[in-house]
Amino acid sequence: MQDTQGISVAVLGSGGAGALTVGNLLLEAACEVGWQGLLTRTVGPQIRGGEAAALLRLTSGRVECMPDRFDLLIGIDWLNAHRFGAEIEVGPHSLVISDPRGGELPPIVAESSARIVKIPMKDLAKAIPDGRPNMIALGIAGRLLGFGLERLLALIEKRLSGKGDDAVRSSQAGIRAGFEAVASLELGRPLGSVEPPTTKRWLISGNDATALGALRGGIRFAAGYPITPATEILESLAPSLAKVGGALLQAEDELAAVNMIIGASFGGTPSLTATSGPGLSLMVEALGLATAAEIPLVVVDVMRGGPSTGIPTKSEQSDLNIAIYGLHGDAPHLVVAPQSVADCLFTTQWATYLAEALQVPAIVLSDQFVGQTQAVIERPADVAFIGQRAKATDIAGAYKRYALAANGVSPMALPGTPGAQYTADGLTHTERGTPTSTAADHLAQLDKRRDKLDRFNYGDHWATIEGSGDIAVVTWGSLTGAVREAIGRATQDGIATTLIAPRLLYPVRPEQFAAALEGKKRALVVEQSHGAQFHRYLRAHYDLPGEVRVLNRPGPLPIRPEEIHRALLEWRK
Amino acid sequence: MSTLDMRAACKPADYKSDVKPIWCPGCGDYHVLMSFTRAFAELGLPPEEIVVVSGIGCSSRIPAYTNCYGFHGVHGRSLALAAGLKVARPDLTIVVASGDGDGYSIGGNHFLHACRRNIDMTYIVMDNRVYGMTKGQPSPTTEPSFDSALSPGGTGLSPFHPLVIALASGANFIARCFSGQPNETATVIAEAIRHPGFSFVEILSPCVTFRPDEKDWKDIVHAAPVPATNDPAKAARRIMTDDGFNLGILYRGDRKPYQPTAKANIDLAELEREFEL
Repeated sequence: MQDTQGISVAVLGSGGAGALTVGNLLLEAACEVGWQGLLTRTVGPQIRGGEAAALLRLTSGRVECMPDRFDLLIGIDWLNAHRFGAEIEVGPHSLVISDPRGGELPPIVAESSARIVKIPMKDLAKAIPDGRPNMIALGIAGRLLGFGLERLLALIEKRLSGKGDDAVRSSQAGIRAGFEAVASLELGRPLGSVEPPTTKRWLISGNDATALGALRGGIRFAAGYPITPATEILESLAPSLAKVGGALLQAEDELAAVNMIIGASFGGTPSLTATSGPGLSLMVEALGLATAAEIPLVVVDVMRGGPSTGIPTKSEQSDLNIAIYGLHGDAPHLVVAPQSVADCLFTTQWATYLAEALQVPAIVLSDQFVGQTQAVIERPADVAFIGQRAKATDIAGAYKRYALAANGVSPMALPGTPGAQYTADGLTHTERGTPTSTAADHLAQLDKRRDKLDRFNYGDHWATIEGSGDIAVVTWGSLTGAVREAIGRATQDGIATTLIAPRLLYPVRPEQFAAALEGKKRALVVEQSHGAQFHRYLRAHYDLPGEVRVLNRPGPLPIRPEEIHRALLEWRK
Repeated sequence: MSTLDMRAACKPADYKSDVKPIWCPGCGDYHVLMSFTRAFAELGLPPEEIVVVSGIGCSSRIPAYTNCYGFHGVHGRSLALAAGLKVARPDLTIVVASGDGDGYSIGGNHFLHACRRNIDMTYIVMDNRVYGMTKGQPSPTTEPSFDSALSPGGTGLSPFHPLVIALASGANFIARCFSGQPNETATVIAEAIRHPGFSFVEILSPCVTFRPDEKDWKDIVHAAPVPATNDPAKAARRIMTDDGFNLGILYRGDRKPYQPTAKANIDLAELEREFEL
């Protein structure tokens, strides 16, 4: 049987201490021997000198969420640890490595029943010319995780190849010293065994996967304004688009970014922008325009703590309401949400396909957790979802851009097409595109734009539905992994449970949702939003079974599989 | 009709649509529309290869009155929309139409960055120094003494100087026209479209409804006494010191237009290799 829990390591230090580097190198070493894993980071707002932690989880199979608690916590120092100690839970089986000169242990660690071992990482580093405590930490973690010394030494040599022999030597000496320092130590829970990888695996972040999904779906133009935690999508697309014959414009603000992609898409190029909550807030007026003028485009919102500037570096699922209801007027559009790092690729590709097919804006609700987490994944399969827009090329007679087609999608003439000139307009318009204010024209176009979304066949991708039993856990987005893991544990306890996670949040699918809930007696709703936005959304659009409980909490504390499992166990009583 | 035939046969009427303008009788914008169609005919461009992009306001209604492709977008963002369009479709001729509220107030930031970006397009602002569509509020170019319900006793604010801002921000072609001289205006617009990079044409276009005093502009405007310069320092001095009614091409820069070179040289499979372990 697979070790579904795996092993988890947190490396913590003040910003610049190099904790994130240790996490990266450990993940790389683990991948080489066949582990799958997740590496997420938790950082403060400071660019330098704040706090940083690398959170690493290794398992022998697919892994899509952080653990309940960490098996190993290494505090290079504890100077700013109080700021996020609560996010790094340790328990009786945990081992904590602490530097006696690293400052005071945060109460949440000191008061836990974890075994605490003091190792003078700073002093060990000091004894080495140009030695750094994080390399000591790498040696410590590497040995405790069972990676051979040679593997770690080779890894650092590769990583520092450009920095000269002295840098490699001092880092290797640090790794050796850390390795020696824990010769007699063992983790509270043994690390299981793993088979060497047999397939080509990727190491990718959700934001990079989003960019790749966009390219696979046919996106060839992007515009954006830097914002945490979405910037990496733009930074990934800028060089990639140039290589595949596209372009990216850095806009002066999000208002410009979204209008730039409207312009490019009007010209016929599938287009995308990426942002976070504050940027999405600025974009909604133009999303209404794209809805009315029927311009396909993709907006990725990598959600962070809100409202306002909120917590830019930390995850939350609280932009659901603005994504669905933020536009003024009746403005049906698409809202989809990826469910894992790997799914960022599929969902963004699918969103591009849907936007182009339906000539409508699609909002992709990713979040900081999936966006900035690095994961080892199987290479995502090539799927047939490539953006294909119905285009008017052969014009006979007067062209009607907004003709009332049976499926609501009217072929679009691109500039350059002779005889089809029209003006795209945010004003209510006739089938020809001419502004109008009559009740009949208004209704006809509102119906058209609603019907084209409602009548479309979204296939099975609209939701992830797994398992059986009369309890449903209904969740969405990046929480799907934690829910899946909790359901796995509940199933072992004999509690049959079904996972329902809609990938398509808007337009709603009442018939499919009712079918998924068929025979369910209870539903547990799990979401990371203080206002329980998802629960309210479900209540507004779907019929839920008799007994419903809600497990919701704002960010940045993740909702752990254990909490979801516990909620299911309580129902058995 | 092929492009060649088109060039031989273009008449201003070929560029006019059958949509009836909503403008008030006597509005300067009728003449601007006439100048648009004359300029397009002079250039001999097929109408389907021109896109007229606009925002919101009286002047922004102009795209639908032409027989070109058009985009009547949201308030203030026409330059951004046009930038995306031109980068994605460098083959098209892009003309952006705006007004003093749309272009200088809500769209002010985009104006700076469009000048700086210097993408090949022509930006035409019909300046009537008032918000017409919302019935007579002061705009960024309105005189400080303008009395209105929203600005009782006047605004007390100095008007914005669009030409100076355009020059300082990097516009590559700067001109001022008067709607009442449609032939001269058409010539300047055609010249602006021909000029590479970001061309800015400010057209004084009277609002006879809310600024009847602007009917006098026809007697005040005068042709610039000297030809256009390519020296920004000279242009700045001239624009800063003229009376605001000095007409003609005032600055012609030679900055290279911005256009990303989009050439596919690898396929996606190659990009994906970056992530392989």
